This record gives sequence, structure tokens and C-alpha cells, in this order.
Amino acid sequence: MEKVREMLTGNSSAAWGVRLAEVDYLPSYPITPQTEVIETLSKWVNEGLMDATFVTLDSEHSMITAAGAASATGVRTFTATSSQGLLFGFEMLYTVAGWRVPLVMLNVSRGLSSPITLEPDHNDVLAARDSGFLQIHCETCQEALDSILMAYRLAEDERVLLPVLVNIDGFHLSFTREPVEIPDVETVRRFLPPYRPKHAFFKASQPMSQGVAVLGGAVYSYFKYQMHLAALNSLDVYKTVAQEFYEIFGRSYPVIEGYMAEDADYLLIMTNSFSTTGKAAIKRARDKGIKAGMLRLRLIRPFPELDIQNAVKQAKAVAVFDQNISIGKGGILYSEIAGALYHEKARPLLLSFIGGLGGKPVSASEFEFIIESMIHAAETGKVPGRQLLYTEDEWSEINRLKGMAGKQ
Amino acid sequence: MTIKSIKNIPDEEILCSGTPACAGCGGLLALRHCLKALGNKTVIVNAAGCFTLLSVYPFTPFANSWLYTAMACAPAGAQGIRDALDILIRKGRLNAQEDVKVVVLTGDGVAYDIGLASTSGAIHRNLDFYYICSDNEAYGNTGFQWSGATPFASKTATTATGCANPTGSQLAKKDLFEIWRSHKPPYLATISPSHPVDLINKFQKAEQFKGPKLFINLSPCPPGWAVDASSSVKFAKLAIDTGIWPLKEAIHGDLRHTFIPGRLKPVEEYLREQGRFAHLFRPVRQEAALQKIQEMVDRYWKEVREKEPPPSGANKQ
Repeated sequence: MEKVREMLTGNSSAAWGVRLAEVDYLPSYPITPQTEVIETLSKWVNEGLMDATFVTLDSEHSMITAAGAASATGVRTFTATSSQGLLFGFEMLYTVAGWRVPLVMLNVSRGLSSPITLEPDHNDVLAARDSGFLQIHCETCQEALDSILMAYRLAEDERVLLPVLVNIDGFHLSFTREPVEIPDVETVRRFLPPYRPKHAFFKASQPMSQGVAVLGGAVYSYFKYQMHLAALNSLDVYKTVAQEFYEIFGRSYPVIEGYMAEDADYLLIMTNSFSTTGKAAIKRARDKGIKAGMLRLRLIRPFPELDIQNAVKQAKAVAVFDQNISIGKGGILYSEIAGALYHEKARPLLLSFIGGLGGKPVSASEFEFIIESMIHAAETGKVPGRQLLYTEDEWSEINRLKGMAGKQ
Repeated sequence: MTIKSIKNIPDEEILCSGTPACAGCGGLLALRHCLKALGNKTVIVNAAGCFTLLSVYPFTPFANSWLYTAMACAPAGAQGIRDALDILIRKGRLNAQEDVKVVVLTGDGVAYDIGLASTSGAIHRNLDFYYICSDNEAYGNTGFQWSGATPFASKTATTATGCANPTGSQLAKKDLFEIWRSHKPPYLATISPSHPVDLINKFQKAEQFKGPKLFINLSPCPPGWAVDASSSVKFAKLAIDTGIWPLKEAIHGDLRHTFIPGRLKPVEEYLREQGRFAHLFRPVRQEAALQKIQEMVDRYWKEVREKEPPPSGANKQ
């Protein structure tokens, strides 16, 4: 296999994944910071480099509908959005998941209005966590490309048949260039066979009703339970798919990536591109002799409860860094992880930190604060309340801006 | 091939009996005829409305395929299916014999209000599809609330009449035909369950066109209009004979009426026996409202007669 490496943005890497998956259909709608993905795909289609149909819809709501309907007709389909766009089409996420079609969708994370903003946090993608879409969250550009390929394998597996959302961070990953290995299409075909559905299609000789109404809770519950059980199945399917991906491409994508985690007393849990700065902070702590480590959650749905339980067993304290905020509750992943650990006899202290909202950078001192908080909690046995990260510099800057706005 | 008589309507039933639709549903009667014209190689793409409850798991009254989408986006669903079928045929993964016509089926709430943007998009993209709008002039499936299709002075569940508002709906019916016509679709027509020959012929005429083929059916709704279930065809016909519901078509935007009444019956004949307009007659006659409705109809037909003198034989139904 000839190895081709190029400097690609996260968006461009994701687009390469779509191209190599030989996707048939690309319903689209622009939104920052995702737009580069559909621009790239459109260019390839117009230049004859991709044998796909590209169409711009009238909204994300229409876009997700067209994507799901095409998938229900039997073609491999991809679409992408961000933030407000994901929420504008939100109703259709649940609908398309219920159709049990293997649509793969990219979300390029961006904070939600209001206030309207551009840079990332994960309130957009995590809002979709109950919809029936599986979720893979990426740290690097290479991972964006590879995850698109894995997402189709996972979604199209007959034990799963659920759509997949692949998430990359807006700006911080979408517009960051990294060296990316672009596999050749023949190798990708060995990993990802063509999509030939047996369960969902439209053809004249075999009329089929899809997406029909049900009446009564028992029938409704049956179909919802089916989706849930399929999503749980997908955890093992994912592990098989990841193993096969490793054997073919030599890159390993466990459901949870551990970084200096094996012997760590203090574990920081993060997701997505900010994990890179988190890893640097972990390394600095190690240099100072602190047994710190990181777990990066890659698979958010299905939620890998057992893997989390095993991964934190030896730790004295665990800090969950949530780049999201459930208003009136706190960090979304913190709650989910706490739920996963409740029945564990020996469970670490669990601390909650919220940061990175709207792309707010996480400084070295904030990571130090998180690690020191874990050490302090382990020494005293006392867990602090949920922490909203905000530096002194940021505080004086907001006060300066408030002064300019006449609100001092 | 145009047909001349009701005897020439195809025998085949694509929409079978035993549906859970209300007795006397004017929309269902028209749909039955539409599907006879379209044949069974279709997929209906449905938006939330009365007809959503035709297919309830594990039953369907249709001999054709079906996809329920959501309320605002059936034309986008049609886009996905049509594009996917074209891709499959082009790439040799589906025999062209297996192709199906894509038919959007919605009510007026969807067509006039919540789904207007997705429909506009689909027409503008020249999507090759049919759209059947069953217009019963209110949100029927939720209990007959006001919609953009509700005519002036209609009582609905959200335009109740009372001492502060004795008239009912204050707004005139939105002109969806003209909104759609402004997109210059290849084929656009109004139809009625009382004129099945006209209906069938319009579908047969539409078939020659690639692109959007759009139909608006005035659907008498016995529970909403508060009329007897046996009288749907009577009211559908009165709507045409009084000039309230013009039968017309537009090919690439060029308008033509397919039936120009010789002399219009007074609108009162259509309004008087419908519960939704009863307040215009009892306890006191609302002369101003009745006059306004008559004037709207007269003004419409005056313009039609100026532009389109009735061709000989055009009035035969």
C-alpha cells in the first residue's frame, strides 16, 4: 500500500473520508464552521473525482430529511452540519434514527446561541445524545478521516442499523492542518464493502411502508427498545470494526483512549480536540512527578460504561472536563460518568470542571488547578462542588468590556 | 389519453377500503382517484396530517410504498428518494423497471404554512415529483384549527365566534396556487372530488412533464365543516358552481381554467348548509360578511372572463 500523507484541515480530512467511502449522495446546507466540508465535496463532484450527487437543500431540516430518505431508498449518504444547523434539523435526527438507516453525519461543533458565537463546545452534539444516532468524537484530523470510514461500517452492520454522528471541533480542528495519511481506495474497499440493504429500500416490485405511525405505548416502546438494544450491540461491533481497521490501516481507535493512564492516580477525562492541550498538561504533571493520566472518550453513544468502570478502577481521583453546560445541572459527561460508577464498590472521587465553552482556551494554570484539585480531594476525601473555569485575566477582560458597554 | 366519462376511470383500486379516515372524507375520495391515475408504482411521501393515520403499523390501505417524514419536510423526503432512485438506476444497482413515481401527500396546514419553504425549494430545484395537497381549509387532524388555507368567515377551533368576534376567521384564504405558480412548475392544477374526470385528465396530462406536478384538492371535511358525511360531493360541486373553488391548471406558469361556469350560483348556496359558516346566517344575518365573500368571488371571475373567454364546450363536465 502506497502511503500518501498530506497537510489537511479537519474539515478536509472528513471530506476525504467521505470520498474514500464512495458515498453516493450528498445533501447539503452551508453553516460555519462546517462549510469547507461541503465545498470540498462539491468541488470533487464537479471535477468528476467523486461519482456522487450533490444537492443543496433549503434548510438543515430538509437536508437531514433528504439524507435519511435517500438512505431509506438504499444509497450510501453523507451530510454535515454544525450547531444551530443541527438544532434546526433536530426533529429529523430522532425521525431518521427511527427509520433505522445507516446515515453518517458530521457535526463540526460550535457553541449554541444565544449569545450567537462561532467557536466550539459540545452542547450542540450532546443535545443529540438521546436521538438514536451513535456518536464518535475525534481529536485529530487523521481520526476525522478514519472515523468516517469506521462510522459507515458500524452503521451498516445488520446488528446495528443506526445512523452515526462523527464530531470534530469547529476552528480548533476543522481549520487546523495536520499531516494526514490518505489511504488508497482499494484498501478502503477491503474494509468497507458496498452498501446493499436488505431491510430498507423502495422498488416497484416490492412495495414497502417505512416510517409508519404506531398507536399505543406497547408498540411504540417495542421499536424504541429495539433501537436501544441495537445501540448497545454496537459497542461490541465497534470493537470488532476497530480491530479490523487496525489490522488493515495500522491505526488503533479504542472506545476510550488512555494517555499515561495505566498507573495513574489522577485521571483527567476529556473529549475532542482540546484533549491535545490536556495531554500536554498531563505530561507536564508527570515531569513534576505527579502520577497523572488522561482518558479521552471517543465513543459517546453507545456510552461505554463498562470500559469507563475498568479504566478508572485504580485511580484515587478523577476529574471530568466538560466542554458543555447543562444549564441548571452542570457538566453532561460528569453526570453520565457518575451514573456509570454508582454501583462500583471501589470508585474514585469524581470532580467536575466546566471549561472551553465557545472555544474558551484552557490555560496551563487551569489544568494545574484541575490536577491540584484532584490531589487535594484525594488527601482530604472531600470533593469540591462543580467548578466553572474562568481565569483572572478573563475576569478583568470581561470587566473592561462591560465598562465599554456602560455596565460597570 | 384523456377520458370523457366517469365510466372510463380505471377500475384498479390502489387505495383499498377500510381506512380509519372519517366517513365522507372528501380528501380520501380524491386521493383514490389520484392513485388510479398514477398507478401502483409509486411511493407516497407523507407529512403529518389526517392521512398519516392511513398507515398505522402493521396495516396499510395502499398497494404502493410509503414513507412518513415529519410535518415540514415531505418534499425534502421526496428529494432524497428521487435522487437515490436516480443514483441507483444510473449506477446499475436498480433496474429502471423498478422505478417508482414519488408523490408527496399532505394537508393544507403543511402546504400553506409549515412546509412552504421545503416545497418552494423542491419546486425550484425542479424535482421530478407529484404533490397532492388535500385542502380542507384547516388543521383537520388536530381538530380543525385555523390554517393559512382557512377562508374568510370560517369558524374553526381557533377562530371561534363570539360577541367579540362574530365573524370567525378575519383573514382571507392564502393563494397557494399563485405562490406555487410563481415558481413556474411544469404542471400545477386544482382538482375536486366532485369532478373525477377533470382530475384524472389532469394527472394524465401532467405525466408528460419531468419536474414538479402539483395538485390542490378542495377536500370537504364533514366533521370540520359540520356537514353530513353523505354530502361531501355535493359541497365539492357547490364550491365549483358558486365559483369559490376554480378548476384550473398552469403549464410552466401559463394559467388556464378547465371549467368556467356559465352563471355562478350565489355563494350563499355553498355557505348556508355548512356548520362552519352557520353564524353568518343565525341568529342574525351578517350581510356585510356575506357580501364580502360574494364580491371576492365575483372579482376573481370578472378577471378570469376578461382574460379567458370560455371556449366552446369547456363547460361540459
